[in-house]
Amino acid sequence: MKAPNSIPQVLDVTSIRNQFPILNRRVKEKPLVYLDNAATSQKPRSVIDAISDYYTNYNANIHRGIHTLAEEATMAYEATRHTVQEFIGAAFPEEIIFTRGTTEGINLVAYTWGRQHIIPGDEILISAMEHHSNIVPWQILCEEKDAVLKIIPVNDHGELSMDAYLELLNERTKLVSIVQVSNALGTVNPVKEMISAAHKTGARVLVDGAQSAVHLDIDVQDLDCDFFAFSAHKVYGPTGIGVLYGKKELLDSMPVFQGGGEMIKEVTFEKTTYNDLPYKYEAGTPNIADTIAFKTALDFVKEIGKASIREHENNLLDYATAQLQQIPGLRIIGEAREKVSLVSFVIKGIHPQDIGIILDNMGIAVRTGHHCTQPLMKRFGISGTVRASFALYNTREEIDTLINGLQKAIKMLL
Amino acid sequence: MSKKSIIETEQEIIDDFSLFDSWEDKYEYIIDLGKKLPLLEEQYKTEENKIKGCQSTVWLVASYRDGKVFFKADSDAVIVKGLVSMLITVLSGHQPDEIIAAKLDFIREIGMFTHLAQTRSNGLLAMIKQMKNYAIAYKTIQGIEQKQ
Repeated sequence: MKAPNSIPQVLDVTSIRNQFPILNRRVKEKPLVYLDNAATSQKPRSVIDAISDYYTNYNANIHRGIHTLAEEATMAYEATRHTVQEFIGAAFPEEIIFTRGTTEGINLVAYTWGRQHIIPGDEILISAMEHHSNIVPWQILCEEKDAVLKIIPVNDHGELSMDAYLELLNERTKLVSIVQVSNALGTVNPVKEMISAAHKTGARVLVDGAQSAVHLDIDVQDLDCDFFAFSAHKVYGPTGIGVLYGKKELLDSMPVFQGGGEMIKEVTFEKTTYNDLPYKYEAGTPNIADTIAFKTALDFVKEIGKASIREHENNLLDYATAQLQQIPGLRIIGEAREKVSLVSFVIKGIHPQDIGIILDNMGIAVRTGHHCTQPLMKRFGISGTVRASFALYNTREEIDTLINGLQKAIKMLL
Repeated sequence: MSKKSIIETEQEIIDDFSLFDSWEDKYEYIIDLGKKLPLLEEQYKTEENKIKGCQSTVWLVASYRDGKVFFKADSDAVIVKGLVSMLITVLSGHQPDEIIAAKLDFIREIGMFTHLAQTRSNGLLAMIKQMKNYAIAYKTIQGIEQKQ
């Protein structure tokens, strides 16, 4: 691949950067170069202000109070549900369940739908590129139910083998739980085709959207997925809040998850009846402030436009990939045809952690290690990678800083 | 000349580090220590001797002679290996009680890997704990030997 000489200006990055206060800080006396966006993205001023505004002006518990503050807080909280509904194209607002994040969403499905439907001998299908969050809940369920966890293999480019997937699907497959964008490789999986194939054999499909929600246009009705889970903090929103989408008829028929306040209709010591969706799955006082600020984050993304964001990030990815390929001994892990916004690599003779430590001393934040995908690392015969992941505020100059930093690290470490 | 105390060795390292002006010099020194640390023989690189951090792996072997504990170690990451090397220089060849009591203030004093010591991204803390555990184990043996 020939290195592009410049990155077309799709976004007004200078003005965007001005909205992210943290990007002004210095790390080890150098300007911060933040390339760990796949772990968590930074937050614009509007999101930070929304949290502060809630606690300053209308902090109250929601849904039950009749006073003004409670009403304002409830309205703001529920407004986020509508914005999320629109953001992922859900048919009904009650299909949006607020969770702590993607992990909790997947666990919710495993502990409710999973316990209800999985019986001994059933098969649950995941891929070799899943995050531990989309492996362990199913392992726990399979052990409990004497079911079998099956793995869709990954080829040398870091793509799923579709032939193998279709072969693995059978009438015993009850669930396919699949990542839409790999956090370790950047691969975009063809989830729509996979969902359609799974439905033909009668399996349900959960899509792990932790990495995809910020980059791709999500339309859960078009995908026809049964569940979709993602986290606010990777979409410029706060930590500790995420979403589980589920088809209404499924969520309605599933048993409850956690018991407590909010999720009940009526409690007596003899029998409790449960609340309707979505409150059935939102026991206890929720994370009100962060949920409200989550809407601000989604509004921010919408205003700039996902298409422009994606184009900018793709340009950064192409540029970074071309530059990295010039470095002797560097091997990119994950060369799928469809990728978004992150590049993982190893350098011959150097442990990724050592590279991460040296880069940190130059103010460059990357992620090193197994990225919570140990089976995938094993597949590639490595213990971990260095991962640079991009967001809408990153620049070509920052990639140049990364490349220079890598050259220096190699000189010091080899 | 008798062997230096743990505190004296720590002070020497602190003094060495005070001479460096830049982070590059400090890290080059540590990387150099890492590269110079004698390799651990393959037979010792077992699951049993492994101290698993989140990212890098450290193998630690201890032995006990004449009332003193001796350490050998290796790592797949060179910076961690340099840190291991310093810990060995400070602690190896001392009596169990001295190792158990060691505060290892030099780690903070040299002011460059407080962060490293705190994150789960390396086995450094786990390694210190394991070195002290060996010392505690050998102290028990020492007690039994003295009673006999």
